[in-house]
Amino acid sequence: MRPFEYQRPTTTDSALAAIAPGAAFIAGGTNLIDLMKLEVMAPDTVIDISRLGMDGIEEDDGGVRIGATVTNSDLAADRRVRRDYPVLSRALLAGASGQLRNKATTGGNLLQKTRCPYFYDTDTPCNKREPGTGCAAIGGEQRNHAILGTSEHCVALHPSDMAVAMRALDAVVEIRGAGGETREIDLEKFYLLPEDRPQDETVLEPGELIAAARLPAPKGTRQVYRKVRDRASYAFALVSIGAVLEMEAGRISHAAVAFGGIGVKPWRDGAVDDLLTGEEPSEGLFEQAGEVLMRDARPSDGTEFKVGLTQRLLKAVLTEATQ
Amino acid sequence: MSLDLKIDGPDREHRPDHLAQNVLGHEIDRPDGWLKVKGEATYAAETFPEGLVHGILVRAPGIGRVSCANLEDVRNMPEVLAVVRDERLLRNAAQGGANEAPVQGVDTAEYVGQPVALVVAETFEAARHAAVALTVEIDGVEAPVDPEAVVPEEPDNQISTRGDLDGAMRHAPYSIDVVYTTASMNSAAMEPHAATAVWDGEVLTLRGALQMLKFNRNELADSLGLPPERVRILAPYVGGGFGSKLGISADCVAAAVAAMELNRPVRVVQHRRDVFEVNVRRSETRQRIRLACDTQGRLTGLGHEALVSNLPKEEFFEPVLQASYFAYAAANRDLRLKAARINRPATGSVRAPGEAVGVTVFEAAIDELAVKTGIDPIELRLRNIPEKDPDTGVPFSSHRLEATLKDGSERFGWNERDPAPRQRREGEWWIGTGMAAAFRVNMITPAEARITLDGDRATVESDMTDIGTGSYVIFQQIAAEILGLPTGKVDVRLGDTAYPPGSGSGGSFGAASTGTAVWLAGMEIRRALAERLGCDESEMTLRDGYVTHGNRRVPLADLVGGGAFSGHGRVEPGDAQEKVRQATYGAHFAEVGVNDVTGEVRVRRMLGSFSAGRILNPRTARSQCHGGMIWGIGMALTEEMTHDRRDGHVVNRDFAGYHVPVNADVPPLDVYFVEELDDWAGPLQVKGIGELSICGSGGAIFNAIHHACGARLRDFPATPDRVLAALS
Repeated sequence: MRPFEYQRPTTTDSALAAIAPGAAFIAGGTNLIDLMKLEVMAPDTVIDISRLGMDGIEEDDGGVRIGATVTNSDLAADRRVRRDYPVLSRALLAGASGQLRNKATTGGNLLQKTRCPYFYDTDTPCNKREPGTGCAAIGGEQRNHAILGTSEHCVALHPSDMAVAMRALDAVVEIRGAGGETREIDLEKFYLLPEDRPQDETVLEPGELIAAARLPAPKGTRQVYRKVRDRASYAFALVSIGAVLEMEAGRISHAAVAFGGIGVKPWRDGAVDDLLTGEEPSEGLFEQAGEVLMRDARPSDGTEFKVGLTQRLLKAVLTEATQ
Repeated sequence: MSLDLKIDGPDREHRPDHLAQNVLGHEIDRPDGWLKVKGEATYAAETFPEGLVHGILVRAPGIGRVSCANLEDVRNMPEVLAVVRDERLLRNAAQGGANEAPVQGVDTAEYVGQPVALVVAETFEAARHAAVALTVEIDGVEAPVDPEAVVPEEPDNQISTRGDLDGAMRHAPYSIDVVYTTASMNSAAMEPHAATAVWDGEVLTLRGALQMLKFNRNELADSLGLPPERVRILAPYVGGGFGSKLGISADCVAAAVAAMELNRPVRVVQHRRDVFEVNVRRSETRQRIRLACDTQGRLTGLGHEALVSNLPKEEFFEPVLQASYFAYAAANRDLRLKAARINRPATGSVRAPGEAVGVTVFEAAIDELAVKTGIDPIELRLRNIPEKDPDTGVPFSSHRLEATLKDGSERFGWNERDPAPRQRREGEWWIGTGMAAAFRVNMITPAEARITLDGDRATVESDMTDIGTGSYVIFQQIAAEILGLPTGKVDVRLGDTAYPPGSGSGGSFGAASTGTAVWLAGMEIRRALAERLGCDESEMTLRDGYVTHGNRRVPLADLVGGGAFSGHGRVEPGDAQEKVRQATYGAHFAEVGVNDVTGEVRVRRMLGSFSAGRILNPRTARSQCHGGMIWGIGMALTEEMTHDRRDGHVVNRDFAGYHVPVNADVPPLDVYFVEELDDWAGPLQVKGIGELSICGSGGAIFNAIHHACGARLRDFPATPDRVLAALS
């Protein structure tokens, strides 16, 4: 671990004032500290944002506003979240372990790094870690890697469960800028595709801070989160699906289906949602949705199985959500 | 004086059954249990001698000639004390019982991840930062890393043929010819390998995470170029070993070399990422099983061929066929082990080397034969229990497979099972059950121990280790039983080469070997006490600190008087090994759910019935069996070291990527012991138990998967992708 300076401001303004090139915000630290120990990330200053009062969950115009430092445990246990957004609660509880969820925060979860093992191995090339060095995962061992949204420079997967549910819930990210101004951006547009710059993962500008995630009023009461993994707990998703649906008169009136374990970012495909919306549920429809979802999939020999697995899981999730 | 015993024949006295204290066979608390719960048991990295400094191992990022361009720059970094590039730094961990560790050099990396330097600094953090800063350059060479891509060696002594297997296969009414694979695995002990070395200018004292200290001392001495008398090793508590701590590893030599160079105590803790690379792993295997039988299910042909791997020059090869020599008999047989020389990290003994993967796969193949013949899998096994050792023709010392099969079958409710696969469904889940037999060779190895009786308090001493198995409590029980003392009056001191050399922990031989040495030491004291009383040792009764002979009853402390009694015991294997075949047996049962949508497999319950000689302490014995069964879950469902296809390096070298079973993966586990007093197992009739329960456990799970969903998996572990592929 490289020696670093630690600051613990008490106001958001002072935190924003302290941030500079080479500095990093830290909240729960469940990912950043691991990365710092390995010197995959080596900030010279660490600014602790856990005491800025950003840990509240509030009513917000029919929805909720979740402060950036609300822990995963608190968010999963929140009564409104459990009632109105059960898909989020279930996604959170499917992730990590109890100890990690007690520390990990909402903003940190959105920004967590890929679990590509080559990204963590500083003895191998990685375009995300060291731009321009190449990608060791391509031509190497892939399993927890993406099959959608990849590029010839990077196949890294976004590992979050929480963000998958938030994608299905049309979350909006509230961002504070260095000058104190606030801007909002749909989670859909928050993440970038790797293309030829896999080091750029989100639209956050230098010096910006996530203040909150906002969830609009729930658009569907039929909410399902399912996660397939290599062991029963404490494993990243091979595939996960968060679905928010509504039914009217036997037809799907709202469909929002998001995917984990397969995309370079928490994945959602408008064409899948459009295909489902207005239709009567049927096995054929769900199979068609799976075909549409995978139309541009680029699996490797280690991730080939995700195509079929996702399609099977999608069928099961949609069946459950529409019954 | 010493009471020595060579085990040449049976012991039918069964003395433990005629002693009076009655503490053997009971669930006595471990004396070290509370210390561990409270964090007071100090492990190798948990002592802090004055002036302690910290070393971090630096790994080779490739295979080939090694150089470090910025050595001097790193030496000049803040708080850095040394960058050690000593040729003595260990390249490959010593194999179990190696007793030597010749210099291997650091100029060439044989595998990715090999330690090539140690950076020492005043603080752990500074050392770690400097270790990252050290640039290791590799002048790379082409090296094979895929065991399937090289021509394997076929050592002559690893081939055993008899009759005509091909012919038997052709003519048999039923036969199978199948290929299974098992994955490269890691011991994954909770305590990472660690060493704290102190050099006083004369003696090197090392606190290590080690299993077999008498060998470890010689290995470290050999490595350092010191006579063994100038090396002392302490390992009073070890946080799991599973074979990976049998021989010294890189941390030990590096800490010792640095301590001697700097004249400061040096601690080296392997990072978890090192643990996956620099200690021995379990070889991946490819196993071809051929079985032929008559219409009654009696085996006429048996073939077991295994491909394993290791680094060039390493002598160990995973002894996959170890139980195949005696588990089942067939007139026509072909057993052969092939060894691929590849440049992945070294392989070595990992929990039940040989049977863990060999029996597991063989028992899955037997299940295939049972399905093919339509004979119940238990019945098929019962019909094939050999009368005598099919390999050598000698009798079995004891053979309780039938008893465990019947016991387990009854307790599990096997008879209620519909043998047809794919019959029981709950929602998305196919439910099925499977079973497998367990076989494991039984060993006794040379061991010594000493007991000192002072008043009515006894102290047991041996360099034996307790790696979590319960050595402390069973030696306490053995000494208490033979000396007639409450267990609270017996102190046990282990894990110090200053004590008599025990067996060390490995091969499940600790309880029988060192336990017998403790027994003999106690017997020597009994004889001395009897002499003082003027009677034969067997005529007196020792109980609760009193000695009774005839109508005379005296406090033990009075008989001992002012001076202390000392007894020394030594046991070694003898002709018994040639006269009989000795092994332990058991039966595994598992119920699993296979998700038809996702391919996930979850074990719903497991039951094991085992026979492993006299059970000294049912609680620690059961705990050992739980561990083995959980290993079986890991082997069957989750554990796999992934090697990069280009350079063989371990890709998933942490606990997020290498999936040991977590609590949610482990259902209720039922363990039962079938009584066995094997006369050939020494005066205590104690046999090895630790490893038996892993042997075959994963096979029961695989067989249950087939029964559940009708798909036969032949690649371990059965991850969802593999299950889905088999389902479709």
